[in-house]
Amino acid sequence: MKEKIRSKKQKFSAKLMWKQRYLLLMSVPFVIWLIIFKYIPLWGWTMAFQDVTPKSFAQPIWEREFAGFGNFTKAFTDRLFAQTMINTIGTSILGILLGTVFAILFALMMNEIRFNRFKKVTQTVSYLPHFVSWVIIASIAKMLLNDGGAVDTFLGTQLHLMSTNSPLFWVVVCFINVWKEMGWDAIIYLSAMAGIDQGLYEAAKVDGANRFKRIWHITLPSIKPTVTVLLIMSIGSALNVGMERQMLLSNGIVQDHAMVLSWFAYIRGIGNNNYGLGTAIGVFQSIVSIALLLIANKIAGMLGESKLV
Amino acid sequence: MNTIKNSGKGEKAFDYVLAVIFVFIIAMTVYPFLNVLAISLNDPMDTMRNVNFIIPRVFSVSNYIYVFTENSLGGPFVMSIVRTLVGTAVGVICTAMLSYVLSRKDFYFNKLFTMLFIITMYVSGGMIPEYLLLTRTLHMSNNFLVYIVPGLIWVYNVILMRSFIEGLPMALQEAAKIDGANDFLIWAKIILPLCAPSLATVALFVAVGQWNSFMDTYLYARELPTLQYVLYEIMEKATIKIDPHAPAGTLQNAVSPMSVRMAITVIATVPILVVYPFLQKYFVGGMTVGAVKD
Repeated sequence: MKEKIRSKKQKFSAKLMWKQRYLLLMSVPFVIWLIIFKYIPLWGWTMAFQDVTPKSFAQPIWEREFAGFGNFTKAFTDRLFAQTMINTIGTSILGILLGTVFAILFALMMNEIRFNRFKKVTQTVSYLPHFVSWVIIASIAKMLLNDGGAVDTFLGTQLHLMSTNSPLFWVVVCFINVWKEMGWDAIIYLSAMAGIDQGLYEAAKVDGANRFKRIWHITLPSIKPTVTVLLIMSIGSALNVGMERQMLLSNGIVQDHAMVLSWFAYIRGIGNNNYGLGTAIGVFQSIVSIALLLIANKIAGMLGESKLV
Repeated sequence: MNTIKNSGKGEKAFDYVLAVIFVFIIAMTVYPFLNVLAISLNDPMDTMRNVNFIIPRVFSVSNYIYVFTENSLGGPFVMSIVRTLVGTAVGVICTAMLSYVLSRKDFYFNKLFTMLFIITMYVSGGMIPEYLLLTRTLHMSNNFLVYIVPGLIWVYNVILMRSFIEGLPMALQEAAKIDGANDFLIWAKIILPLCAPSLATVALFVAVGQWNSFMDTYLYARELPTLQYVLYEIMEKATIKIDPHAPAGTLQNAVSPMSVRMAITVIATVPILVVYPFLQKYFVGGMTVGAVKD
C-alpha cells in the first residue's frame, strides 16, 4: 500500500495522529518551547496596565493593583521621554537613509566592476564587520574615534566625534553602522541586479546609452521593488533601535543623545524595578511599530509599488 | 554587467575609478582590524606613545600572556567556546528537525504551527516580560541553560531551511516511505545529509550569534562571563585592576589598559574571521533564499 506524502486535505482522526506520530514528536516539543519563551512574554503585556514591582510580581495577577493607562501616562511624562523619542526617530531615519543609500551604491559598484578576482576579494572583506560583535566594534570605534584617535590624527583636527553631546552622535552611530553592514546589506540588492535581463543592457547599448544612463534607466528601476519591500520593513522597525549598540557606543558625555526607547525601557523597568512602566514602554514601541508597518505598506500600495502584505 | 565588451575609452577609465574606490573601501574596512592586531602585538610601554600604526613597532606577546595569566581570561574564553559549540549543535539539530516537519504539507498541524512560529517574528513580549520570565518565573539567572534554551530556534533560520528542504526532490522521501522508513528515519537518513549546505549556513549564523552574544550575559548571567562581556567590562572601567602588591617593574605593571583591551578584542574576533570566508558561498545563497520566500 502506498502512503501519500503529497495529499492535502485530511480530517482530524486518531488514526491520522498515530500515522503522523513521528512528525508530532518532532514538532510538539518546539511548539511548547515557543509558547513558554515567546507567547508567555506576550501575556506579560498585561503588566503594562498594572503596578508591578519586584514584590507584587510574586502575587497572582488578579491581586495586583490595576493601573489603567497610568504606566503609559507616567512613561510619556517622564523627563527622559521626549528626548528619547527624538533620539530614536532621528537615529532610525538617518540610519535607514544612510544604510539604504550606501548599500545600493556599493551594490551598483560591485555590479559594474569588471575585475572579477578583485570584486570577490572586496566582497569577502566587506562582509567581515557584519560578523563582528557590537562589543568589538565599540572597542575599536572608541579607540579610533575618541579625541586624539586615528580619525582626528589623519584629518589633523579635533572633531570630538564621541564627546559632543548633540545629534552629531546619531551621525556617528549611523556611519559606524554603515561601515559594519554595507557589504552585507548589499547582498540582497546584488542578487536583485543579477536577475536583470542582460538583453536590456545590450539593447540600451545599441541605442547609445552610456554606463550611467544604463544604471539610471535599467538597473535602478529593476531593483525598485526590492528597495520598496526593504524600506517598508525597516520603517516597520523604526522604533526598534537596539539598546545593545547604543549602550556600547555611548559614554557619559553623549548619553543624552544615545538614549533610545529600548534602553529607556530597560532603565525604568529593570534599573528602577518598575516592571509595569518598563513593560508599558515596550508595548508602546511594539504597537507603534505595527502601525508604522501597516501605514508604510498602505502608502507603498497607493503609490503603485509592490506591497509587502 | 560584465558581458558587455568593446567598451569605449571613457568606460575603461570608469573601471579604474571603481577600482580605486574599492581599494579605499577595503582599506577603510581592514585598517581598524590591523591597527587592533598591531597594538595587541606591540610592547605596551611603546603603545602609550602613539596608537596609530598597523605594524608592531616593538614586537611583544606580553599582552597575551598577561590576559591569560594575570587577568584570568581563561574562564570566559572557555565559556565562549562551550556556549558556541553546545548552542550551535543543539540549535542546528532542532532547527533542522522543525524545518523538516514544517516542510511536510501533509502534516495535519503544518499550517497552525507555521503560523504560530511566524507570528513571533513580528510581535514579541519585549525585554521586561522576557526578563521577568527568565529570572523570576524560571529562575534561570546565572544558569548555563540561559545561553542555550531561550534562543534555541530562530524562526528566520527555520524559514531558510524549510525552503531548502522544499527544493529537494520529493521522490526520495516517497521511495523511503515505501521501503518502510518512518518519518524520523527519513529526516535523519535522507533529509539531513542532503541539507548540508543549508545546515552550514544555519550553523554559521547560530555560531556567530552565540559567540558574539553579549546582552544575555549582561541581563541574566554576569556570573558566567563570556569574552564579549569581559571586553565590555574592561571598556566600562577603562582601567584594569593592577595588583598593588606586585613588585614594581613586573610584567603586570607594564601592561596598559589599551593594550589589554586590544589583545582581548583580537581573541574575540579571530575565531569568526577564520570561519566565515569558507562558508561564504553558502550564506550568500541562504540570504537570498530567505529573502524571497515568505
